[in-house]
Amino acid sequence: MIGAIQNLGRSTLNNCQQFGAAGIFLGRVLFRWPRVKSALPLLIEQLYFVGVLSLLIVIVSGLFIGMVLGLQGVNTLARFSAQAQLGQLVALSVVRELGPVVTALLFAGRAGSALTAEIGLMRATDQIASMEMMAVDPLWRVISPRFWAGFISMPILAMIFSVVAIWGGYLVGVEWMGVDVGAFWSNMQSAVDFQKDIVNGIIKSVVFGAAVTWIAVFQGFNAEPTAPGISLATTRSVVYSSLVVLGLDFVLTAIMLKGW
Amino acid sequence: MRNRFLELWVGLFMIAGFLALVYLATHVSGLTHFSDDGSYRLTAEFDNIGALKARAPVRVAGVTIGRVETIQLDEKNYRAVVKLLIDDGNKLPKDTAAHILTEGILGSNYISLAPGFEEIALVGGDVIATTHSAMILENLIGQLLFKVKEK
Amino acid sequence: MESANSEWVSIRDLSYSRGERVIFDNISLNIPRGKIVAIMGPSGSGKTTLLQLISAQLYPDSGVCTFDGVNVHELSPKKLFELRKRMGMLFQSGGLFSNLNVFENVAFPLREHTRLSEEMIHDLVLMKLNAVGLRGATELMPGELSGGMARRVAFARALILDPEMMMLDEPFTGQDPITMGVLVKLIREVHDALGLTTIIVSHDVAETASIADYIYLILNGEVVASGTSEEMLHHQHPAVVQFMHGLPDGVVPFQYPAREFAEDLAL
Repeated sequence: MIGAIQNLGRSTLNNCQQFGAAGIFLGRVLFRWPRVKSALPLLIEQLYFVGVLSLLIVIVSGLFIGMVLGLQGVNTLARFSAQAQLGQLVALSVVRELGPVVTALLFAGRAGSALTAEIGLMRATDQIASMEMMAVDPLWRVISPRFWAGFISMPILAMIFSVVAIWGGYLVGVEWMGVDVGAFWSNMQSAVDFQKDIVNGIIKSVVFGAAVTWIAVFQGFNAEPTAPGISLATTRSVVYSSLVVLGLDFVLTAIMLKGW
Repeated sequence: MRNRFLELWVGLFMIAGFLALVYLATHVSGLTHFSDDGSYRLTAEFDNIGALKARAPVRVAGVTIGRVETIQLDEKNYRAVVKLLIDDGNKLPKDTAAHILTEGILGSNYISLAPGFEEIALVGGDVIATTHSAMILENLIGQLLFKVKEK
Repeated sequence: MESANSEWVSIRDLSYSRGERVIFDNISLNIPRGKIVAIMGPSGSGKTTLLQLISAQLYPDSGVCTFDGVNVHELSPKKLFELRKRMGMLFQSGGLFSNLNVFENVAFPLREHTRLSEEMIHDLVLMKLNAVGLRGATELMPGELSGGMARRVAFARALILDPEMMMLDEPFTGQDPITMGVLVKLIREVHDALGLTTIIVSHDVAETASIADYIYLILNGEVVASGTSEEMLHHQHPAVVQFMHGLPDGVVPFQYPAREFAEDLAL
């Protein structure tokens, strides 16, 4: 019994320490004066790997989720003869919640895990150590561009997801299930508020992007430089990112619904 | 050359994001409908606005010609002061009346304007003289029960 | 802060532990300027750790480690980075950047630390690659190189800023005889041509002894013996004898510590 409590205490302290280390790490990554001329190509390269290459999964998922929303929406709304509200149902669900959250989860799974594995592998093959020995700061050259790329890509991906999902809902609802096209769009437009819904959705996706990328990069940098170590770090990165995203989503939604 | 390829895709990516934002702003939310120029303001006071909200439509004969801008309480006579934003193309006679109606049975409240017969039109800043408050379901049921009881 | 004495790297009373394990216990070493010094010992004796301590990638529990008269562990990060430009290090796995080709890998330090023109960079890189015999491999990616070739490219990269000291971590391990011959020749020639001070960490006795001017043997966190290659090969200390001649049992026992065999078989 005492042993279990001791273990709990020890692991809590460990976790706090890890969190602190992660915070310091983030500080060192963020607060560096960028040499813009050399930083920009690095950033663009990472934007491609992190953002552009995630487009496919985001678009396909968005489409399917939108279509399912359309199907389920029509099905349920039909009970109240309120099919005309489908546009508003799909748009609000997607823009407020599904867009930022699902995109963040997909991003964690695809880009986050790739970042963790890549950085972990660089550690294991002494690439990071070589850089340090060559008097090049790896935090600046390797970590920082990846972090900013994730931070910038997430909101863009979330917005593209939202657009594709709404269109998917339109496809199923209007073209297939026969909801009135005018009702779909006009009800949606009167129900969706730019500031309260869309801007809040963007804020959420920016916060999620920062969290997921931070976790992915930190786990990679601190991985044990062995094969099982990297594998563990990658798994942790995805799991922690997902949990943090869902937790932050609750907190942000609570704050936003009460009004800023 | 590899750089060009990357830059091209990243550029397209960011443009796609921007376009998505614009699309969300205009076609998904009603952002464009809410532009100030090209409309004039009218004020109407009600005893009870029911569930009327800001951005609710203002309709004449069922056609939307404007939106509710703000709703406030007049501290002196405890009436609801509603500001309406009407599109410029629509002229209304001075003796127009404002009713608060409900969309369907489950729907939200909106303002319906019934034009009168005067020749002079309302201009920006005017107050609508005749207003009819929203129908509150509970009051109606109360009245009905009362009448039934009376019998 | 140039010091005229011949002690280029000096380690005094250094102690370092990792968790419970004591890796170094009050060891002292001298690396004189301009010489090739080998640090040898069985696997796990902390040889790589020693290089990491010298280059201040790790900090000791106690003791002093100086490079050219400067205590490396008391430097600010900025000064430390300046100091590291004077040291070149070759890692056991090469440490080439997997997303850059051979040319870009070798050019990397030049691009980061100098403002030389493309032509100058091109010429310098080709010169160094020529010195290691890989001038024709500029377009290859690290994934396409054999272990030996990767190490030679990493060697060229470590030399590109003309350092004053080279540290080589297990350069011969796992190489075929031909590659080993190539590496041995390279290290000696480059050392002599550029007037470097070279530290080799290795456990390949034959190859290392053939080029080292001085050898330190580390066992159980202590310097057990030191001397020139000749002296070490004829040394009488049992630990030295076992290591230098590759004897399977001796000071370092064959059997991992265990109970009596009879006990284990439950007799």
